[in-house]
Amino acid sequence: MLFNACHKGNSYTVDRHNGINAAGLIYDRKGGTHKNNAKTFLMLQIENHLSPSTLEEAYETLTSVPGSLVLGGCGYIRLGDRTISNAIDLSNLGLNFVHGTKSEVEIGAMTTLRTIETDALCQSLWHGLLPRSVENIVGVQLRNCVTIGGTVAGRYPFSDPLTALLALDARLQFYHYGEISLEEFFTGQGLKDILVKIIIPKRGQIGAFQSVRRAKTDYAVLNAAVTKTGDDYRIVVGARPGRAVLVPEASDYLSSNGLNETTARKAGNIAAASLQFGDNPRGSGEYRKAICPVLIARALMEVHHAA
Amino acid sequence: MQLETTINGRNVTLDFAGGEFLYETLRRYGYLSVKQGCDTSSCGLCTVWLDGKPALSCSTLTARVAGHEITTIEALQDDAREFAEYMVAEGAEQCGFCSPGFTMTVLAMKRELDNPDEAAINHYLAGNLCRCSGYKGQMRAIKKYMGVA
Amino acid sequence: MDFVGKEIPKIDGLGLVKGTPAYTSDLDIGENALIVKILRSPHASARIRTIDTSEAEAIPGVECVLTHLNTPTTRFTLAGQSFPEPSPYDRRIVDNHMRYVGDEVAIVAAVDERTALAALKKIKVDYELLTPVLNLEEALDNPVRVHPQQPFTNFPIGNDAARNIAASHYTEQGDVEGELAASEVVMEQTYTTQAQAHAMMETYRATTSFDVNGRLQVMSSTQIPYHVRRHLSRVLGIPRSKIKVLKPRVGGGFGGKQTASVEIFPAIVTMKTGKPARLVYTRQETFTCTTSRHAMQLTVRLGADRDGTIRAIDIYCLSDTGAYGEHAPTVFWVVGQKTLPLYGKAKACRYHGHALYTNKPPGGALRGYGATQGTFALESAINELAAKLDMDPTELRAKNLLGEGETHPELCGSTPGNPATLGSSSLHRCIEKGKALIGWDEKFPKVIVNDTKVRGYGMAVTMQGSGIAKIDTASVLIKLNEDGFFTLSHSASDMGQGSDTILAQIGAEVLEIDMDQIVVASFDLDTLPYDPGAYASSGAYVTGNAARLAAEDMKAQMRCAVASLQGVSPDAVTYGDGVFTIGSEKTMTLSELAQTLCSFNGKDMLIAKGTFGGETSPPPFIAGFAEVEVDLETGEAQVTDYVAVADCGTVLNKNLALIQVEGGVAMGIGLGLYEEVRYSGKGRLSTNSFMEYKIPSRLDIHSIRVAFEESYEPTGPYGAKSIGEVVCNTPAPAISAAVANATGVQVRSLPITAEKVLLGMIKNNVDPR
Repeated sequence: MLFNACHKGNSYTVDRHNGINAAGLIYDRKGGTHKNNAKTFLMLQIENHLSPSTLEEAYETLTSVPGSLVLGGCGYIRLGDRTISNAIDLSNLGLNFVHGTKSEVEIGAMTTLRTIETDALCQSLWHGLLPRSVENIVGVQLRNCVTIGGTVAGRYPFSDPLTALLALDARLQFYHYGEISLEEFFTGQGLKDILVKIIIPKRGQIGAFQSVRRAKTDYAVLNAAVTKTGDDYRIVVGARPGRAVLVPEASDYLSSNGLNETTARKAGNIAAASLQFGDNPRGSGEYRKAICPVLIARALMEVHHAA
Repeated sequence: MQLETTINGRNVTLDFAGGEFLYETLRRYGYLSVKQGCDTSSCGLCTVWLDGKPALSCSTLTARVAGHEITTIEALQDDAREFAEYMVAEGAEQCGFCSPGFTMTVLAMKRELDNPDEAAINHYLAGNLCRCSGYKGQMRAIKKYMGVA
Repeated sequence: MDFVGKEIPKIDGLGLVKGTPAYTSDLDIGENALIVKILRSPHASARIRTIDTSEAEAIPGVECVLTHLNTPTTRFTLAGQSFPEPSPYDRRIVDNHMRYVGDEVAIVAAVDERTALAALKKIKVDYELLTPVLNLEEALDNPVRVHPQQPFTNFPIGNDAARNIAASHYTEQGDVEGELAASEVVMEQTYTTQAQAHAMMETYRATTSFDVNGRLQVMSSTQIPYHVRRHLSRVLGIPRSKIKVLKPRVGGGFGGKQTASVEIFPAIVTMKTGKPARLVYTRQETFTCTTSRHAMQLTVRLGADRDGTIRAIDIYCLSDTGAYGEHAPTVFWVVGQKTLPLYGKAKACRYHGHALYTNKPPGGALRGYGATQGTFALESAINELAAKLDMDPTELRAKNLLGEGETHPELCGSTPGNPATLGSSSLHRCIEKGKALIGWDEKFPKVIVNDTKVRGYGMAVTMQGSGIAKIDTASVLIKLNEDGFFTLSHSASDMGQGSDTILAQIGAEVLEIDMDQIVVASFDLDTLPYDPGAYASSGAYVTGNAARLAAEDMKAQMRCAVASLQGVSPDAVTYGDGVFTIGSEKTMTLSELAQTLCSFNGKDMLIAKGTFGGETSPPPFIAGFAEVEVDLETGEAQVTDYVAVADCGTVLNKNLALIQVEGGVAMGIGLGLYEEVRYSGKGRLSTNSFMEYKIPSRLDIHSIRVAFEESYEPTGPYGAKSIGEVVCNTPAPAISAAVANATGVQVRSLPITAEKVLLGMIKNNVDPR
């Protein structure tokens, strides 16, 4: 079954069974394979590379010129064999920033994952949840390229930072649409719009991130992030292999019963029972279901000890 | 397409095709140290510096480097030589094909990290794959080069 | 000794680390070459009904499109082996029968890459889809034939295409069934290994052109320049004298470049167009459309007495050679040849089975060459037998392993009635040293770390060879240059392991000169002596012996020349450290001699040669010990410590030998834990990138500790044996045993993933804590 993972940023199609297909044998955007060629080459053609100087210009182009695509960090763009008639490059819009206000942190859409990893503010907040969620992604030279905006717009089901952002109750600000919660963005149809920034509330959340990976620089077989704000919990599981989701049943249980080693495990079991897990090449649904309580319990105990 | 950028301290005008990646452009302009090992942003062989930071030239659109500074190992021969002495003393370079990109990351690490331990070194260099060495000889060379225990 | 055994830096090392242009794609610039791309089959099994290339050919800039209709019908093998090659001649340049997803449909050459890729899309192919054979278990006697015609073989290898058999083998010593029946304990298990990828960092590539003399010039990243020339000559129908092969630095090979996977494509383009042509494989083509380690299914039966005396070993093997039979027979033989002699004290042993054709990407040579697969199976079985006998696996081995000076009929170099002798082995000492290093006596079988972590311990031993006995024959030339320095020429094809350096070390040792007084030529085949190439662990031993002979010859020639110039007998001339002494006081330097010999006064330019071929293939050995930490809640296993103790005879270069072991162990850890190979239901290789096929990163490789327990190989140069391949064999079985000791779960199919371990524990319903 194919589903389109995004509508902007790095348009990228993911096959649920084959996971992240590598360059060349990735299915094309219409979901079919070439009739007479096992594609072992890829060619990217960009007919127009536009670097608008205002968000308005970027948005106008995106909505008025057919075949327009917003470039993110381009970590995946070469995986597709395709022609982009209009590539919209947001590099010159000053969207590479991490700002803290009294109540929020704003991260510009073009901020690289490496910036998030090394930014002092990101490191100091949420028990380092956000840096923890990007540090396993391949290597510094890739993290210096790929952007948080591309990751969010891609809504990649295997993503680590998206799991963390959902646990942090992040909101997104689009140029035209305005604000939308990440949760709503995940469940919606996507937006033909320009992502400007990600807004994360500063509520004193303590966060933790856990994942199982087949090799350290591989994508997660399953990942989990939790945040604790007083007696409130947000528990998120991603790479199921479906997209990251909140597990309110588990959070509610903890809010009512408090957090200790036993309840942490119980919350994990509740999550495992209430979530859907599936098979992909990195792991079976059965295995994911088996490790889900472990990751949640470990993340919960981490926040418990940090609190 | 055409743009102006800086490569190894020189202002240059690059001609390139739409959708071309920096790796291809650099090779075409004679920066032959830059190698490619994969098509999936996985191996680190193509690492150059973009504004002083290690970046994958295979995943950087050439169209994006206008006004930026690109550095390849051709411009860092003295630094590379210093590190290379430690590498060859361990025999750790082996086939050498991953070495230029790896060395660029090591040189960036030296500028970025203070007194890193093994875990920090491994973390910084995780994006540079090597099939020959098993990484241990590289680590011995790096620790001597960085002067860390 | 001044150089042998020392930590000599690799002579090309500094330049490589600094990024000096040195590889094929760095040196083939300025050719303005056509770019070659290949259209590939999307089907695992299909026949081309029609193919229409007219639209592709009409694109401006497209210079030629080649298909089965306009390429030679000659069938051949691409395996780099000494003639007559054992591999079956079962492929064409381009066939009309597609045998795997990725098989060549058409070759396109165009002025640039974009034009070539555009042309690929314009080729119209009408396929008749055939039922593919995708499972090894179903290949034998399947009514669907992968090869409808019976391929030619140079001699009988048991190839029977009607049964999908690429090669068959049966060897038995003693009465296996009788001994098994008489054994007090019999153990039988089946083990499977995956089609590991070489994953060398430089993908396959070659560039061809006609040189100024009208010869076909082929620059290639290859381990086998001489075999490449022979193959091209046969397939293209031109004499070898008309082909010039250039071998630049090679960016890793690991056996992959022991198959001439790409040279033929640009070569035929150059032949057809007269123009230079360049082919660089993508990473995906490298994964999909070249060779990989033969996936195997091995059933091992062991018979033993309760005291641990192994009476019989029986290995039945099915090897998946995929669509073509490159290295199919030889890899298959080596499985038995490099395992059975280990337990040579057993009264009976047998190795048998088939290498089978399937509609999958072809198998081939990969570091270890069958020994790796065989070692995983046999050593896993030995560990399981030890558990069954309640014996320490190191003791079981000590009791049964063949020792130095003993003979075994399966050792390479044996002939009927004349079993070869194991000339050197310190394997028993390697085991003792490894036990001490890992802390075996205190820690085996496991140590509980905490509530969720257990460390298991496991071990394995292995052997390889040093060249192919009675076949591999290499030559080295040494020339005395006019200034007194030497040029050592060889074609053992350094691919990073450092053979250029090792051979120069041997030359410098014999000639008593500094390393910088010997330059190595290994680039242009026109100037190089014959060598089969870099494979079968032959560099240090076979070519190393040739280098020593050449250097000795040079020394003798120089003394004779000095004697002749001085009018004395050669006995009156002594040589040491670059200076000849005539009689008691008169001296002559190397430089003085060289200048004289090259001039009118001397007229005796000196060139020395050495040629060597081994009567035996002395095995190096390794005892490997794994400490594996398993997360009992997730099943994740990581090798927290690996101890490898190696017997490679005399260590010629401490650093290079050390890196060979460390790198080989890392590759073995990859085989054991990380490198999963997957196919789609229709036979497409889906692990075709570094994103999907995970070779270990530096975060996955923890402590590797290496020690050398030297033996002295009487037939080796300075007592040396090989080291390049033996290194990757022990990790998989040692890790498997360690995981079993930690968790009670015995994973018999590679790789050992966290999922297999955890679900195995759940199924066993045993908490090992």
